[in-house]
Amino acid sequence: MKQNMERLYNGIIKENPTFVLMLGMCPTLAVTSSAINGLGMGLSTTVVLVLSNLLISAFRKIIPNGVRVPAFIVIVASLVTMVQFIMEAYTPSLSKSLGVYIPLIVVNCIILGRAESYASKHSVVPSIFDGIGMGLGFTLGLTLIGLVREVIGAGKIFDISLASDNHLIIGIVLAVVAVILIAVCVCLAVKRSGMSAITVLGIAAGAILIIAAVVALLGPNYTAITIFVMAPGAFLVLAILVAVMNIIRELMEQSGKPLAKASGCLTGDCASCGQSALCSGKGVSAAADEKKSE
Amino acid sequence: MSELYHVSSSPHVRSKDTTSRIMLYVILALLPTSIFGIYNFGYRALVLILVTIASCVASEWIYNRIVHKKNTINDLSAVVTGLLLALNLPATLPWWQAVIGGVFAIIVVKCLFGGLGQNFMNPALGARCFLLIAFAANMVEFDIDSYSGATPLALMREGGVGAVNTMDMLIGKTAGTIGETSALCIIIGAMFLILMGVITLKIPATYIITFVIFITLFGGHGLDASYIVAQLCGGGLMLGAFFMATDYVTSPITPNGQILFGICLGILTGLFRIFGANAEGVSFAIILSNLLVPIIEKITVPRAFGQVREGKQHE
Repeated sequence: MKQNMERLYNGIIKENPTFVLMLGMCPTLAVTSSAINGLGMGLSTTVVLVLSNLLISAFRKIIPNGVRVPAFIVIVASLVTMVQFIMEAYTPSLSKSLGVYIPLIVVNCIILGRAESYASKHSVVPSIFDGIGMGLGFTLGLTLIGLVREVIGAGKIFDISLASDNHLIIGIVLAVVAVILIAVCVCLAVKRSGMSAITVLGIAAGAILIIAAVVALLGPNYTAITIFVMAPGAFLVLAILVAVMNIIRELMEQSGKPLAKASGCLTGDCASCGQSALCSGKGVSAAADEKKSE
Repeated sequence: MSELYHVSSSPHVRSKDTTSRIMLYVILALLPTSIFGIYNFGYRALVLILVTIASCVASEWIYNRIVHKKNTINDLSAVVTGLLLALNLPATLPWWQAVIGGVFAIIVVKCLFGGLGQNFMNPALGARCFLLIAFAANMVEFDIDSYSGATPLALMREGGVGAVNTMDMLIGKTAGTIGETSALCIIIGAMFLILMGVITLKIPATYIITFVIFITLFGGHGLDASYIVAQLCGGGLMLGAFFMATDYVTSPITPNGQILFGICLGILTGLFRIFGANAEGVSFAIILSNLLVPIIEKITVPRAFGQVREGKQHE
């Protein structure tokens, strides 16, 4: 069970596909014009990821090594087709707004990357948890980006306009919630003398809520900065959030509780690794050396 | 005798020009345009110019403070960026949007890439394009009391050359952004810069000549003098050609590269104005060409004296 929890933590925080591994950037930049779109894209990818990890891990001893990538693609593609039909049937509006990016889940490098570097080498249950962790991490990243873009660029939050008649009440409620959230997280961090993953997430959510509160308080007087719902806004928001993530990483290192560096190289398989260009295979031997010294 | 043989390390010839001195010349050269803009559009133009300069200088100072860098506001480059940005905005723009533009120009386009000399595109134009996409409604609203709301370029697109008065466009009594309307004032400022040796004619001349050839070929009016003059004086072409395309940081340093750069600008501006969705395209053309500068410099490296080209050694 400890290993499974570690997989979840690994996917959501330590090796977050969006903010740390920088994988799957195409859907990240293209569909996050609203929080709903981000959430929908993230969850449908999660479903595919969990099922593909499950199947690939189960079949890992049957699939011949020479044709493993085509085999993975066939499995992923059939799963994506199923998800696509289900979404068309039950969530037609979401399916319409995500458009071509649903079939494109097939070529999302997170899915193939996890299949190659984790599921094809580990047993079924940890693979499922790996899929859940990575999927939720991806969903979290996409929803956060979508939320920021939607609030600043359209003055809406989850498609609810912040400029409605009772915008003052909404604004005050959002501000109070944000202040409480941040206060609790800061207290936790002080008490435990260091930030943990939960406090980091809380403060990040609080900061977004504060932006939303300001927008709601301005109400109809707020002029939406439309560049944020358009393509350039995706780059700006992603860059800002990655920068925030790096600041947090530094802060946690200073406080003596370093957020373990993303190895990105759990298996030594450079072909499927997003960071192989950075380490050029050195990471594997370094990790092996560490294990020996322990 | 000993002085003759005294050898120090290079450089041996020093110029008195400093960054702040050159920036001061640019500010002086922009003064006629700014004063005409204020005269043309009233106190709102003055407020907008001051607010934009203040936001640029303040954001540079604050950024340098936060990242513990040397204070660089004394080189006046932030003032130039702010002034150029303001001259590229309509006078009716709300002041807080101009502040956002100034912050974007300095922090995102300039400082995050390493400060003056490292920016990959012109900060003022980067911010103008940011504002153009972010606040589309406010950025193309040129409603003022004395003149009609549409810019001459937009009028010409609708009604041909007959819809505009070329003489008014030359003097600047038209709608538009604060600094772009008066071709006359811009040329006076540009002459000053050329006389002081701050800019050379290479980029502006090739830019304008290429543009004229392009619109003669594809503009649909042939060699019609009034159409060509109206296209040259309308929009930000003059301001862009003399003050923004010649920015040291974002234009090529090789002589042939500068000519190639001017040709790129002329073709792109013509493409955007004639075939694009908007009547104006100078700022996008300059930004796009800014991105091409590293490639242009790479292919136009001049041959050093005595150097033999590869492959020609055996001839």
